[in-house]
Amino acid sequence: MTPRVGVITFPGSLDDKDAARAVRIAGADSVALWHADADLHSVDAVVLPGGFSYGDYLRCGAIAKFAPVMEKLVDAANGGLPILGICNGFQVLTESHLLPGALTRNDHLHFICRDQKLRIENNTSAWTSDFNVGDEILIPLKNGEGGYVADEKTLDELEGEGRVIARYLEINPNGSRRDIAGITNSRGNVVGIMPHPEHAVETLTGPTTDGLGFFSSLLKSLVNDGKVSA
Amino acid sequence: MSVDKVSDAISSPDESQPFAELGLKKDEYESIRGILGRRPTSSELAMYSVMWSEHCSYKSSKVHLRQFGTKVPKNNSMLVGIGENAGVVDIGQGWAVTFKVESHNHPSYVEPYQGAATGIGGIVRDIISMGARPVAVMDPLRFGDPENPDTRRVLTGIVSGIGGYGNCLGLPNIGGEIVFDPSYQGNPLVNALCVGTMKHEDIHLAKATGIGNAVILYGARTGGDGIGGVSVLASETFDADGPAKRPSVQVGDPFMEKLLIECTLEVLHGGLVEGIQDLGGAGISCATSELASNGEGGMHVWLDRVLLRDSTLSPEEILMSESQERMCAVVEPAKIDAFMAVCKKWDVEAVVIGEVNNSGRLTVESHGEQIVDVPPRSVAHDGPVYERPYARPDWMDVRQASGPENLVRPSSAAQVKQTWLTMTGTPNLASKSWVTSQYDRYVMGNTILAQPEDSGMIRVDEKTGLGVAVSTDCNARFAALDPYKGAQLALAESYRNVAVTGAKPLAVTNCLNFGSPEDPAVMWQFEQAVTGLADACLEMGTPVTGGNVSFYNQTGEVAIHPTPVIGVLGVIQNVERRTPMAWGLDGEFVYVLGTTRDELAGSEWAHAIHNHLGGLPPVLDLNAEMTLAEILVAGSREGFFSAAHDVSEGGIAQTTAEMAMRSGIGVRLDVPAGLDAFTFLWSESATRAVVVVPQNQNDAFLTLCQSKSFPVTKIGSVDSSIKSIELTGVFGETISLAIDELRVISEETLPRLFG
Repeated sequence: MTPRVGVITFPGSLDDKDAARAVRIAGADSVALWHADADLHSVDAVVLPGGFSYGDYLRCGAIAKFAPVMEKLVDAANGGLPILGICNGFQVLTESHLLPGALTRNDHLHFICRDQKLRIENNTSAWTSDFNVGDEILIPLKNGEGGYVADEKTLDELEGEGRVIARYLEINPNGSRRDIAGITNSRGNVVGIMPHPEHAVETLTGPTTDGLGFFSSLLKSLVNDGKVSA
Repeated sequence: MSVDKVSDAISSPDESQPFAELGLKKDEYESIRGILGRRPTSSELAMYSVMWSEHCSYKSSKVHLRQFGTKVPKNNSMLVGIGENAGVVDIGQGWAVTFKVESHNHPSYVEPYQGAATGIGGIVRDIISMGARPVAVMDPLRFGDPENPDTRRVLTGIVSGIGGYGNCLGLPNIGGEIVFDPSYQGNPLVNALCVGTMKHEDIHLAKATGIGNAVILYGARTGGDGIGGVSVLASETFDADGPAKRPSVQVGDPFMEKLLIECTLEVLHGGLVEGIQDLGGAGISCATSELASNGEGGMHVWLDRVLLRDSTLSPEEILMSESQERMCAVVEPAKIDAFMAVCKKWDVEAVVIGEVNNSGRLTVESHGEQIVDVPPRSVAHDGPVYERPYARPDWMDVRQASGPENLVRPSSAAQVKQTWLTMTGTPNLASKSWVTSQYDRYVMGNTILAQPEDSGMIRVDEKTGLGVAVSTDCNARFAALDPYKGAQLALAESYRNVAVTGAKPLAVTNCLNFGSPEDPAVMWQFEQAVTGLADACLEMGTPVTGGNVSFYNQTGEVAIHPTPVIGVLGVIQNVERRTPMAWGLDGEFVYVLGTTRDELAGSEWAHAIHNHLGGLPPVLDLNAEMTLAEILVAGSREGFFSAAHDVSEGGIAQTTAEMAMRSGIGVRLDVPAGLDAFTFLWSESATRAVVVVPQNQNDAFLTLCQSKSFPVTKIGSVDSSIKSIELTGVFGETISLAIDELRVISEETLPRLFG
């Protein structure tokens, strides 16, 4: 059976169609999930896409946390459902306390859109298992509030447990502590990443196809977990 | 607070009214009295005053703009022409594209962030009101002297506003222009272009049809922002303790606009709408009068039903408010519930404010009192038309006579190299990535090309690869030297930029930015530019689908350079065949298509090095321009090119430097026989492009050029063993420019000035 990956649309989500396209290119079926519908429709995994949920007039992701679908998502996350939060999705995951830390205003105070080099630091999470540690990838980054911060103890824990999944290379584009671009929870099923793998899935529209690795990783881990057949 | 009713207007015919304060001339006021057969009520006066403003009525430009309707080329791709919110063009496979550019110049100078932000909001609503999904935006911008401290205030605010609004809206920003010239010091230009796509059957028009149908206002609530001149009227009618002057610059909410896009497309695709209109300038006055005028001719509005952000607004203010993110739809009674359900899904407030009827009148009541009773056409379409005097100013002779011939040119290899390095870093030629990296170019996942490429290109159909390319251009210095030719050169450059990427130019939009129409010299520039553009569009077969006029870009007696910004839309059958600007492989041949003449008047070199503007702009042969485009499009389709790039500001020096910086691979060039190094590098002759041809395509490419009798000159080849541009034949020597050094110079200018 083809895996079914849900993509949640909040009011103000912008990269939801892009995330769905990436899911399809990777070989899964995309399922549109709606913020006001407290039902995950039995999907095998969920992507929280980029954008400005509810306008992000408060802290980014702070309102999305209260969406009806999120209660189900938090339960599912704690039950091991693979979840990828990209950009605003990452912000929603930290606001929902599924991931530690917070994303703050870029240190240079400007929105920035650039092709960003990353180094993969973890290949055991549900969304990075198809990479090798040390792989260097190039995918778009675009954010105004992408500076990852956490207290020193949390940062040490993330490092110690191998939960930093990717780090910025060459340029730290937003002032993230320890060049952190993405992290995972201790179980490895919930991943948040600030750059946009879904914008690097076709040579025509992205700088590379390096972003596909996140989605092929998911498919691989679903097979390994016996959730879907190979 | 007493409301000025229609019955009051009848019973007190001689009451004096503040028409002059509202910007109406005495004869215009008298003509309103003639239309109504009585004095207007204060609400009617307010409606006429904004709808008959230059901005809404095109009263000074109309007589000239008619040329776009009379000089129409044979082109069967037009589905909707001038006069609607935006023109619609057939691009094949059942797809249609709508695109339009508009100005938001004056608000952006007063309040750069909100001015630029709401400029995007307005043009996006024009596009969705045609039934199209917006798929990209572009921003042609003009600023004053980059070293003037006020330029920093204006530029950083405008760029933040475009990014803040556009990024939050989820539309890729794929191009535009950033040009500096002291003539824009007190009048920066903020033009915004939006492109939308739809299937043919989804086209919608602004018409209030169907007697008994409901008029629904939906989106943001109506507030006191953007009322402008009406504050004068308000101060006449309000008690002393009422609200004071309202801000005249609107405030944008991109989140609401995003909801409005999704909500509008859902009601349109659900077949729930008979007619639709966005609310922009002149707000409810404009939307109701235009809908009624285009439809059955009658409408009744209950103004007190309008949802307000501020309960103290007077009826006049509600009619005039330019609060953003609002739309007006005409809906059959049986479909109102379904319409409202979609609005509720998207958390968009909506209310029925009126009803279509066959009275032939637009009537408005507020709390049971009749306050407006007018023929809608007289408000929306039959405004005043002026034949303003125009005359070629005497100073044009002086300007055209003082050409660049006597300007000191570099006279040694070392000077040529130094000039090249200097030119690479001028604010006009330097990399704009400090600005464009603040815009999201990736969202929606269909961006094939974005700045700094020659045109922005968007994939329309993922299955077939059908796409569109758009470019906007204008060298206003050429227009200052000769507005007729300048407008044609702007069209030619935009046309070329689309063709360079492999797309076939199809249609034109424009944003005509000029000084005061009350100055005969400015009016002459305008008349010349419009005529030049209309003549060229007729000859090149690209119809004008719509556009915008912005007058009064003038501080005191000093007008901006005439700036007819021209947008060209092209279609490409398969975006995989697009031609990028970066060369790729070792040994590829580098050619110049077209003829390089000694043409430096109005050039970036004359401007940047000598602060000189005089002479005659480059000659332009429209037929040659069309042939060049045919070669570029055919070459892209046949795979003759690995790269191509237009030659314009900064000449071949800038073109090749940009290609080298984009690719990072070196090139060996040779000044061709018959040209001196300076002319070869910095002439801005029109109708040229640099193309890069893989060796195995060389013969086929040359055969194509020969069959079209088009001049082509080989200037060198790509050399991946070097990281520099090596140019031989420079006063008998070879100069070498390291790509890394060029890149540092190019990229440091804008951050140094504005970072």
